[in-house]
Amino acid sequence: MLLSLKILLFFAAGILLGHTGLLVFIPLGTDLGKYALYLLMFLVGISIGADSKSLLTIKKQGPRLFLLPLATVLGTFAGVLLITKLLPGISTREGLAVGAGFGYYSLSSIIISELHSETLGVTALLANIIREIITLLLAPLMVIVFSKLGPIAAAGATSMDTTLPIITAASGKEFAIIALAHGIILTILVPLLVTLILWM
Amino acid sequence: MIEILLLIFGGMALGYLLRRNKQVIRVTERLIIWSIFLLLFLMGLSIGRDPIIVGSLPSLGLNALLISIAGITGSLVLALLLWKSFFRKKP
Repeated sequence: MLLSLKILLFFAAGILLGHTGLLVFIPLGTDLGKYALYLLMFLVGISIGADSKSLLTIKKQGPRLFLLPLATVLGTFAGVLLITKLLPGISTREGLAVGAGFGYYSLSSIIISELHSETLGVTALLANIIREIITLLLAPLMVIVFSKLGPIAAAGATSMDTTLPIITAASGKEFAIIALAHGIILTILVPLLVTLILWM
Repeated sequence: MIEILLLIFGGMALGYLLRRNKQVIRVTERLIIWSIFLLLFLMGLSIGRDPIIVGSLPSLGLNALLISIAGITGSLVLALLLWKSFFRKKP
């Protein structure tokens, strides 16, 4: 949670400083952002590849472990597909890119604002922060209505870190491994799916 | 955008080779956090300078909320179906 707060502070400080017209000497709209994103993607790749513990967790659990991440991905896309039909200001592809953040708001919003537009980047930032907050607030209720897998699916990529404590509290300790693996798989999928959706 | 996918997969291969080097992993994780700070700061800066985006924040927020609720609801429904068809029977 502390890290989320810091990330938000940097973002808010940026908006304030940009709005007040300070720091006008920093050039934006150049290739700087693009190369910073490339660097970030490379670094994220390294950290995924080097994380042998996570890969081992996935391997040990076998193919059954992929069912819940699959449900989360398909369920999110189905829900977003329906809602973008009703929302006038946003296309289906844009909605799917935002949904493919699965709560990983920092990375998804950075990729989207660089590859598509800042407006959609902000939407992704807000939508994915909201996903995390709703999960944190409603996890116990989700268990009652949608089974013990509910809060894990709702958490998306965050089920491996920020929402893991509330998930284990709401669903039980025996779901910690499922939540962890679910979060790891979705965290790997976020940059890949967001890029693919905006690319296709 | 193919560059991004190549960079991720290239990074994964390199990370796998370096997985025993704790120092590299620690530095990588620090760099990731600071790149995220920097990129979101720059994103904020650029948005703050653009009065049109600042003005449309409330409507973007509403879109975001609805997309988020729709995505969560879809996930919850499929999670429940999965629970009923697979998980409940297993010990």
